[in-house]
Amino acid sequence: MSEAAMPLWEVFIRARNGLSHKHAGSIHATDAEMALHAARDVYTRRGEGQSIWVVRSSDIVASDPVDKDMMFEPTASKIYRHPTFYEIPDDVGNM
Amino acid sequence: MSGTCEPMMTSNQTLFSYVLRLADDHLILSQRLGEWCGEAPTLEEDLALANIALDLIGQARALYAYAGQVEGKGRDEDQLAFMRYERDYQNLLITEQPNGDFAHTIVRQFFISAYMDPFWRRMEGSKDDMLAAIAAKASKEVTYHLRHTSEWVIRLGDGTRESHERMVEALDDLMMFTGELFEMDAVAQEMLQSGVGVDASDLKAEWQHTVQTILQEATLELPKAGHMQTGGRMGRHSEHLGHILSELQYMQRSFPGLTW
Repeated sequence: MSEAAMPLWEVFIRARNGLSHKHAGSIHATDAEMALHAARDVYTRRGEGQSIWVVRSSDIVASDPVDKDMMFEPTASKIYRHPTFYEIPDDVGNM
Repeated sequence: MSGTCEPMMTSNQTLFSYVLRLADDHLILSQRLGEWCGEAPTLEEDLALANIALDLIGQARALYAYAGQVEGKGRDEDQLAFMRYERDYQNLLITEQPNGDFAHTIVRQFFISAYMDPFWRRMEGSKDDMLAAIAAKASKEVTYHLRHTSEWVIRLGDGTRESHERMVEALDDLMMFTGELFEMDAVAQEMLQSGVGVDASDLKAEWQHTVQTILQEATLELPKAGHMQTGGRMGRHSEHLGHILSELQYMQRSFPGLTW
């Protein structure tokens, strides 16, 4: 089937309560409902899923790799932003 | 089933027969869907059909294992699934119909799912604990099968002119196999009366409602019910079952007892 009839969708899966949705991959589907089905059938076959998000790939706004230095380089020298100086109590669970 | 004429069935034999035919429905349909593996129109649908096939094989395994236990002759699920002859299989004729094009596969699955969905829900109330437990698991699975095939019916029916025409053809070809779904023979009657089985004839109105609602949305119509094919429950099959079995049984016939 043509790309127009079966556009690309990005799939995000939340594995457990308390975790965030993570990008799992992409699928082709005719529309949102079928995209959910395809995502379920392709990416949650082994009990990975509690919740699925799908979004049209064309709707995702991405940063330009050319801007990499401007976007990300300045944070490299700011070690104090990392929470590595704290001990996380076990009770906190997933961070 | 030995094939010999038995004047009176004991209740256990009836239960065995009832569970076995349900198992056969699921095994044969699963084998048919499995033929799509690697051949489906898209990768996504390849997995979707395989997932449905795996749900069905899981249901078939549970049913065969239980049938073997009820029979009490030491036959396990493999022996029941692989080591019987064509006339011993009691599956519904619709389950053995060829995949055809994608429209035929979807309509076949849609017809059966719209039937099995209320069937399993009612079976959850069976007096037979094992059947009730199998039903509880299966009904969640088949609800998804119904949802998935319904969405495809809508998109293919209300899609392009070609997809619409193919759906019309598939509905015409498969309609004659739907009468058998609602038949109640002596085995089914006895199981119903003992509180174990489901009244299949009573599912017809719900099936028609489900099917017609979706078809309407799909700009399709359910063909008029004409002559209905029957015979699967008595081991009288279409020419297709033998070919399915030759492929399905090949490994166990060549290497009896093989495990892997």
